[in-house]
Amino acid sequence: MKVLRRLGVDVSFPEDQTCCGQIAFNGGFRSHAADVAKHFLDVFENEEQVVVPSGSCASMIKVYYRELFEDDPETLERAQAVGERTRELSDYIVNVVGTSDVGAASEGLVTYHDACHLLRELRIKEAPRSLIGGVQGVELQEMEDSDACCGFGGLFSVKFPEISTAILNEKLKNIAESGASAVVANDCGCLMQIRGAMERRGMNVRAVHLAELLAEDGA
Amino acid sequence: MAEVKSADFKHAAGRALRDEKLQHALDHVMEHFVGARANVIEADFGDESWEAMRTRAAAIKQSTLEHLDYYLDMVDKSVRRNGGHVYFADDAAQANAIVLDIAKRNGVKTVIKSKSMVSEEMGVNHVLEREGIEPVETDLGEYIIQLAGETPFHIIAPAMHKTRQEVSSLFQEWLKTAPTQDIKRLCVYARDALREKFAAADMGISGANFIVAETGTVCLVTNEGNGRMTTSAPRIHVVLAGMEKIVPAIEDLALFLRLLPRSATGQRITSYNTFVGGPRSPSDEDGPEEFHLVFVDNGRLNLLRDEVMREALRCIRCGACLNHCPVYQKVGGHAYGWVYSGPIGAVVTPPMTNMKVARELPYASTLCGKCKDVCPVKIDIPRLLLHLRHKVAEGTAGERSATWMERLFVGQWHGAMRSRRALEGKANLGRLLTRSFARGGKVRRLPFAPMVSGWTASRDFPAPAQKSFARLWREELSHESGSANGTEQR
Repeated sequence: MKVLRRLGVDVSFPEDQTCCGQIAFNGGFRSHAADVAKHFLDVFENEEQVVVPSGSCASMIKVYYRELFEDDPETLERAQAVGERTRELSDYIVNVVGTSDVGAASEGLVTYHDACHLLRELRIKEAPRSLIGGVQGVELQEMEDSDACCGFGGLFSVKFPEISTAILNEKLKNIAESGASAVVANDCGCLMQIRGAMERRGMNVRAVHLAELLAEDGA
Repeated sequence: MAEVKSADFKHAAGRALRDEKLQHALDHVMEHFVGARANVIEADFGDESWEAMRTRAAAIKQSTLEHLDYYLDMVDKSVRRNGGHVYFADDAAQANAIVLDIAKRNGVKTVIKSKSMVSEEMGVNHVLEREGIEPVETDLGEYIIQLAGETPFHIIAPAMHKTRQEVSSLFQEWLKTAPTQDIKRLCVYARDALREKFAAADMGISGANFIVAETGTVCLVTNEGNGRMTTSAPRIHVVLAGMEKIVPAIEDLALFLRLLPRSATGQRITSYNTFVGGPRSPSDEDGPEEFHLVFVDNGRLNLLRDEVMREALRCIRCGACLNHCPVYQKVGGHAYGWVYSGPIGAVVTPPMTNMKVARELPYASTLCGKCKDVCPVKIDIPRLLLHLRHKVAEGTAGERSATWMERLFVGQWHGAMRSRRALEGKANLGRLLTRSFARGGKVRRLPFAPMVSGWTASRDFPAPAQKSFARLWREELSHESGSANGTEQR
């Protein structure tokens, strides 16, 4: 919110919003997901542009609504229209607003984790990196296998916590080896997973959302 | 048919995770395959032309599947024209009966086999053994796991989980060889033992990597030459294959033979590409006297009939999705509980075997999407897994198997998410409850929720903020923008 306003964007927050429905969709409960997704469409249908600060939510709306509503042509049309106007945050700032410098300032080495859906469903790879590069006082240090999954997978991390943790351990190792003092991601799921484990283990690395980094002003 | 143990996925995965030796083998082999593939594709094609090849291969396979009856008929005619026989088996039992009948009719005592995943589905080795016929696997990896009494750990590297020490002990036990740590020495032992079998065998059983409809040619891709021995030395050659192995024309192989080894092992070409055109003709000096091609359905029709799942039959069994899967990289092949493992195993096992027994497999994925990106025939594996999850949750009575706990959770979620007011009511309760377990802004254990308590075994759960963003927005943020009501702004 702070970042977008700093860029001169008029931001609103439709207060009746809830969820995009991905959690039920990924669980297989499509009729429940469809109800919630329709609520999402009701709320956001008349907005000029929808900006989503999480890769997997954005890919649900832009990619998987097509699947969810394939047998419901009327809703499918609405979903496609909203999908076209929906942008993930970094993509929006870089490719719609047209800047990589949001006037943020922080310090230290920062490494970036490619959230799976952001990268492989939405093919967004450069925008978040150029935004990190645009933060004053920050240097981007790539980690090994930045595009490897963190093991979250929503329901997966609940159903198979042991496997999820084993996958996460590889990610934590690569984050630690990068030498960065912060890892940035653009997906709330990945961040919950990575931050939760780093805090438990007392790792001296911050896990921050791209928006959080961009909101820092060096103070 | 091979037993389906997929219901035990979670426990088997746990055992694999705690097996240090296995973890070491997985790290090592997966890293090698992933690196070799990436290097050779980059050196030879670059992303764009590789992408174009994948698109073409997917289209060829898909169109063959869409017209499968036509191509099956064409294969049938071509093979018979070449002097061979064609059979269609509905399931493993029928296929086993066909093989056994051919063997008994010909007084077969020893069968040599080159690698065939279909034969693993059928469990044909046990059937032959029971009838006093000795089956011998001749692919080195398959030979090792046959001696160990195991199933393949990986589609193309069936014994990748075995150390040289373990192989040495197996050879000591079964071949009475001297112990050695020298891999070359071990290969020589296997070679000596297998040569005798090649010479003695009456019948060779192979799989097929591709079957060319126009010509009736069976194409085998191997690295050890055992495929060529199996298909040429014995009197009788039996091919076991799923009908999805068909490609229309011999020219198509030019594409698939470039895609397969690069995707699988990162090789440009395998050591042997074998093309079998049927039994020996009068002018041939050697080759089998009889040639039998057995098409095995064994659940494939369940995939073919489902318009969404059909594309799973494009699979050319390269194993790239296994090698790149974060879950397979950790749990390996045996956890999946049947013949096929990794992402493609999770896709084909439930519809080919039993949706309820294999219900965990569609969920055994983070949906990270790497499998889809590396698949040489562009199978959209995450989409297919989601389709199967839909069946588990909301499918027909035969498919549906969501637990009451899962249904309860989704029902609650559904109730909360249909309006903001309902959400805030439930969220306030959840916030109170979760915060009561929080210490310093994190939750180290969530005892009230058995479904999620596994989460907090290794991770802190973020305690919800005191105020939701929506409340923050209402009370503070919306006024900061200089406008009285943010929601009406444009």
